[in-house]
Amino acid sequence: MLSRTADHLFWMSRYTERAENTARMLDVNYQTSLLPQSADATLAGWQGLLSISELTPFYAAKHGQEVAPRAVMDFMVRDEQNPSSIISCLRAARENARAVRGTLTTEVWETQNQTYLEVVRMLQGGALERDPGSFFEWVKFRSHLSRGVTVGTMLQDEALNFLRLGTFLERADNTARLIDVKFHTAESEFVGVDSEKDQDFDFYHWSAILRSVSAFEVYRKVYRDVIRPERVAELLILRADMPRSLLGCMNEVMSNLSLLTSRPDSECKRQAGKLRSDLEFARIDEILATGLHAFLTQFLDRVNDIGAHISREFLLPA
Amino acid sequence: MSRPQFDEMHDDRQQVRPHYQGYQRWLAQQAEQAMQARREEAEMIFRRVGITFAVYGAKDEEGAGTERLIPFDLIPRIIPAHEWATMEAGLVQRVTALNRFIYDVYHDQDILRAGLVPAEQVLHNAQFRPEMMGLKVPGDIYSHISGIDIVRAPNAQGEGEYYVLEDNLRVPSGVSYMLEDRKMMMRLFPELFAKNRVAPVAHYPDLLLETLRAMAPAGLSEPRVVVLTPGMYNSAYFEHAFLAQQMGVELVEGQDLFMKDDVIYTRTTRGPRRVDVIYRRVDDDFLDPEAFRPQSTLGCAGLLKAYRAGNVAICNAMGTGVADDKSIYPYVPQMIEFYLGEKPILKNVPTYQCRQAEDLKYTLAHLKDLVVKEVHGAGGYGMLVGPAASQAEIDNFRQALLANPAGYIAQPTLSLSTCPTYVDSGIAPRHIDLRPFVLSGKQVQMVPGGLTRVALQDGSLVVNSSQGGGTKDTWILEADEAQSAKPRAAPVVKTDADMLKALVGGVS
Repeated sequence: MLSRTADHLFWMSRYTERAENTARMLDVNYQTSLLPQSADATLAGWQGLLSISELTPFYAAKHGQEVAPRAVMDFMVRDEQNPSSIISCLRAARENARAVRGTLTTEVWETQNQTYLEVVRMLQGGALERDPGSFFEWVKFRSHLSRGVTVGTMLQDEALNFLRLGTFLERADNTARLIDVKFHTAESEFVGVDSEKDQDFDFYHWSAILRSVSAFEVYRKVYRDVIRPERVAELLILRADMPRSLLGCMNEVMSNLSLLTSRPDSECKRQAGKLRSDLEFARIDEILATGLHAFLTQFLDRVNDIGAHISREFLLPA
Repeated sequence: MSRPQFDEMHDDRQQVRPHYQGYQRWLAQQAEQAMQARREEAEMIFRRVGITFAVYGAKDEEGAGTERLIPFDLIPRIIPAHEWATMEAGLVQRVTALNRFIYDVYHDQDILRAGLVPAEQVLHNAQFRPEMMGLKVPGDIYSHISGIDIVRAPNAQGEGEYYVLEDNLRVPSGVSYMLEDRKMMMRLFPELFAKNRVAPVAHYPDLLLETLRAMAPAGLSEPRVVVLTPGMYNSAYFEHAFLAQQMGVELVEGQDLFMKDDVIYTRTTRGPRRVDVIYRRVDDDFLDPEAFRPQSTLGCAGLLKAYRAGNVAICNAMGTGVADDKSIYPYVPQMIEFYLGEKPILKNVPTYQCRQAEDLKYTLAHLKDLVVKEVHGAGGYGMLVGPAASQAEIDNFRQALLANPAGYIAQPTLSLSTCPTYVDSGIAPRHIDLRPFVLSGKQVQMVPGGLTRVALQDGSLVVNSSQGGGTKDTWILEADEAQSAKPRAAPVVKTDADMLKALVGGVS
């Protein structure tokens, strides 16, 4: 396969996944903001959202220091200058697909194309203002559709492996950022404060995180217990059977890389394998003892390195 | 000014012509709303599938998209089989002669020495590539894919007569619309195809692949063919991707290719892979920065070297523009007689060459009645349609013409034939042309029909997609119902064996 083709496929699925995760985070923030809570907590939610995507300075440059929910939502959904906004991600996914449409099945291409045309139409028609919840739901389902049509129609060859690789590497990154920012808020405000009211908040805070990765029912099923932060962290970081957990993602990254290369000297495979093993044999109390933030920062760096090595080994050198 | 008109569907007494009667009966039964719904459905499908056309420098109201749909018209352009048979023979003849001409220009130049085509018009032509002199190309074929533009206009008796308007021998486009239009018609109106015996066109990609593979360096059992595109921002990108996919070959950009030891390779996820045939949709100038424009990033450095070494075939060959230039066009009938010893089957439009003093004088005196075209122009840009132009436009063009007479030719304004077409006010006649795609490999062949373009504006004669033209499905129809019991004619054209022998120079 052409290196350029692989590059487009990899980025097509990364952008699709990123759009989905942005929608998930926006949705959770929006739902949470409807609950009775302190203005500070609401604000922290929106600020966290910007810092997850490392966009706080860019936002401030455009909208000033004040973090207004409406402005953040517009910035993260429809601002075409913001490369991480949903519209930018869906456009980039579609442009990458267009560049290699001959490699995709007709259904995969039409899904990407229609998603973009439709999101433009919806945003122009005021869908976000009317009902943010269903708009985010729609973005999520287009991403589900995109993955489903890919797995359901593509030949199981290199092209599919590069698509899957992009999906899971991006998801590993996004989930790690989400955990980081939500636990960061928690450390400063929720955890350890022992009053009735805050326990309520705790419940809503943690259940919101779970819902943002569609893991609320999963948590109940796995732990059959009240929601505790360390278990939320364990579920999202270390459970191999949880499809959005860090270990779950790294398992998929590894299996796709193994299908792509059998070279023993492949550096990206070595690094991905090492990261996967570290997660596989880690314990949540260890991670929490050494500091969750430090752990996640290091994880993000390593995912970033793996991405760089994938580019060097298979794709177009940046 | 009233000029005689020729309509493909109705004769001058407004009677439906025989080959349209079956269609007319069907159309009369269709509810207007149903047809409107089909138009909308077609548009929706084209947009979803992404069959779009990028317009250079254009922006829509939001300043975002530059993609436009080429309007698709529901009413087919129907050509009776016997008319097509003549046209096809004429196309094979013409393209065969044009390939012989290009070979001659880059070898012995017999036709120049015979004085039939003025040597300076060929050798000083910007499209003449000295790099091609004496180069042996596979099968001595240069234009493997030729798009020949054909129009129809009434003669003195009011009968429709076909003329070749233009030869396109560089990178002719539009074939994907021919294929997609047919697919759309079959999807929207399957019953029409059950009732009418329409010659199929869907095997075009197979014929194209066969043609390209036949050009591969000798001794390869599985030659590797690629389609070279300038990239996704090119106006015909959809077509490049479409053809690559339909043929099952890779679509590459210049940056995917590199030359090493006179061999062309692609960069792949598993290292370099050799390329044997390049179907290029990139203009000559951009193909090789070492040989042509040094700043081009669309081509591959060293491509010409590999080509000269015979390690890769380029389709169409470089330098074919020397034969499709509008200043060479008037000589094509002579070429046919010179190389093939045959009378031309297809007519040329009478052409005034402004480089010649007498023709220039005539042209300047009749600007109001003539169509004046830039010799190197394409896409409907840089032309004057006298009868439709304002006095100011004519005056401007007169200045341009006087400044550089050799840059222009003039032709009488043909009253292009019309075909009923859906417009805002209902069904109305609109002017059309036809571009069949002729493939030259081991044999010269084509699928029946071509791309019919239609000028959607009332009275407009400009059918180019970049100028707001639309397309129609083109049917080659065995219209005679008495014949419908006979087996269907073979869709692939057989070529004249002698002509073929002449073309490939004795290679069996």
